Amino acid sequence: MDQPIVSIENVAKHFGTVKAVDDVTFDIQQNEFFALLGPSGCGKTTLLRMIAGLEVPTGGAIVIDGQDMAATPPNHRPVNMVFQSYAVFPHMTVEENVAYGLKVTGTPRSEIGPRVTDALGMVQLAELAKRNPDQLSGGQRQRVALARALVKRPKVLLLDEPLSALDAKLREQMQLELSHLQQRVGITFIIVTHDQDEALSMADRIAVMNDGRVTQIAAPDTLYENPTTRFVADFIGKVNLLDGRVVGTEGERVAVEADRLGRITVPHEGDASGDVSLVVRPEKITLANTEPDGDVIKSQGKVTDWAYYGDTSHMFVTMDSGLVMSAKVQNTTRETVDNFDVGDTVWLSFSPSDVLLLRE
Amino acid sequence: MSEIAGTNKAASPGGRAIAGPRGRRMTIGPLEYGRRFWLRCFVAATFLLLYAPIFTLIIFSFNDSRRNIVWRGFTFKYYEKAWNNDGLFEAFTNSLTIAVLTTIIATILGAMVALLLWRYRFPGKPAYEGFMALPIVIPEICMGVAMLAFFSRIGWPSGMPWPLNLSAITIAHIAFTFPFVAIVVRARMAGFNRELEEASKDLGASEWQTFMNVIVPFMRPGLIAGALLAFTLSLDDFVITFFTAGPETVTFPVKVYSMVRFSVTPEVNAASTALIVITVLATIVAMRFQTPDKTEAT
Repeated sequence: MDQPIVSIENVAKHFGTVKAVDDVTFDIQQNEFFALLGPSGCGKTTLLRMIAGLEVPTGGAIVIDGQDMAATPPNHRPVNMVFQSYAVFPHMTVEENVAYGLKVTGTPRSEIGPRVTDALGMVQLAELAKRNPDQLSGGQRQRVALARALVKRPKVLLLDEPLSALDAKLREQMQLELSHLQQRVGITFIIVTHDQDEALSMADRIAVMNDGRVTQIAAPDTLYENPTTRFVADFIGKVNLLDGRVVGTEGERVAVEADRLGRITVPHEGDASGDVSLVVRPEKITLANTEPDGDVIKSQGKVTDWAYYGDTSHMFVTMDSGLVMSAKVQNTTRETVDNFDVGDTVWLSFSPSDVLLLRE
Repeated sequence: MSEIAGTNKAASPGGRAIAGPRGRRMTIGPLEYGRRFWLRCFVAATFLLLYAPIFTLIIFSFNDSRRNIVWRGFTFKYYEKAWNNDGLFEAFTNSLTIAVLTTIIATILGAMVALLLWRYRFPGKPAYEGFMALPIVIPEICMGVAMLAFFSRIGWPSGMPWPLNLSAITIAHIAFTFPFVAIVVRARMAGFNRELEEASKDLGASEWQTFMNVIVPFMRPGLIAGALLAFTLSLDDFVITFFTAGPETVTFPVKVYSMVRFSVTPEVNAASTALIVITVLATIVAMRFQTPDKTEAT
């Protein structure tokens, strides 16, 4: 494998007694679309700002393209940032904004013009070059910030919550555009986000952060289907989390006494014993009016709550034991919505292979 | 719901019907204060009290009479007289020179103080902020006496040739105007988005380039407002000037005061009118420089 473009080595950042980033180590590869995902206050933005040089780490080293950045101020680092507020200079036109980074570093005039035109074309802002930022929409201002960073041809582009201020429709469109842009320019992107959909849909790899530490780094599908901790399982997507206790093994399967669900057997690689957490995603659960057959884990209950999302509905089923599980129903036909109602008695079932066992 | 929307012709509860401009009865909405009769009267009375004295002053500067009480006809002769009055002219030049020097130095000094207070944390900062604003708070007469005592104690030379003879007054003026500039600029900087500064550095600009290209343009409205404030404060200051002026140095307010002690002639009116025109023009020019505010943090 090539040398990583960014290496984070035991990096820590303490604000007084608060450990914003607590001994974090990982590598980011060349041309990767990397996401830092976590709830607010988990230290992801602080980490990004340390890569940019806007915060000084309390400990550890940040190596970019083989060079330790400890003594390098932000204006000399081969990285550029798209800020959460976009930070477009209000007293400059779009063109001047994009040219700024080239001008201050003494790029020859003859080179600035074509590069600015190029960058503006890349983000489809060529017609708005002469506009002032106050005449632009939020989405357009973001494109200015993007062009302004890309025109510098950085080795790494840093994006701090770039889509959080956009409305849902525009956000979806920008997610696609950012992915395409990253493939086209071939630059490593590091994006900070608290929005799991954003991270899942755009990133090649995601680092989930919590309380200043990295909990898991994996590709989006691995993260969703095979989370290694309860926190990750809970943070990414919707989930039914059950407490359980391993009571024995039956061939390839592990027998677990699940809280208020009873004894179930699930496939599991590696050894398992003692207290565990069981993870079942709502979309893996099937609801039916009649008792299902086959090798499934099933239970009867009553629909007690119902949340409608258009394409899907979430049904909350309460069992006699008091256990509440949520199931996702795809509204595949216009009539599906009417299949279940609050108060109905239903059968809930899921395949044993869709149960993930976490040793925790 | 729909039937209500169709038939609702009732005026809003707070509204009151009065005769409109063409005799039509119009409803005044609860928030249309500008259309209420009593409020208009109140505004008119306020403006009258504010500006009537100034307009009287301007009108009587054209009065063809030695006394300033009865109108005797229109004339420009007092403007001519004021222009040819060497003492008045010298005082006027002195005042303008002091004001311009004060404005330049106080603006730079005030802006630097504002930046210090905005940018850095240091021990004793609240105390420093309080002491800095002291010249605004303490009575002007005390400032004047303090300045007089200070200059005589250190033996500041007097009777120097122009413009050095204005140095004591100028220093005193800078001392009491720069806090105003600092406060105005400081207030402006409070709305600055720090990410703009970070973005500039991230894009490769040094501290100095960031300051000149990003911070100063943002500060400009505050700088202009502060400079205008310093200019007008310096131009019309009487008390502190009176105490710090040497025996031969006279500024415009001091000169007018000494002239009024004999009689209020239209000559004084004419000179004052000229001063008003200069201040208004300076304000207009400053406003022009202050392009429409598009510097709101995004």
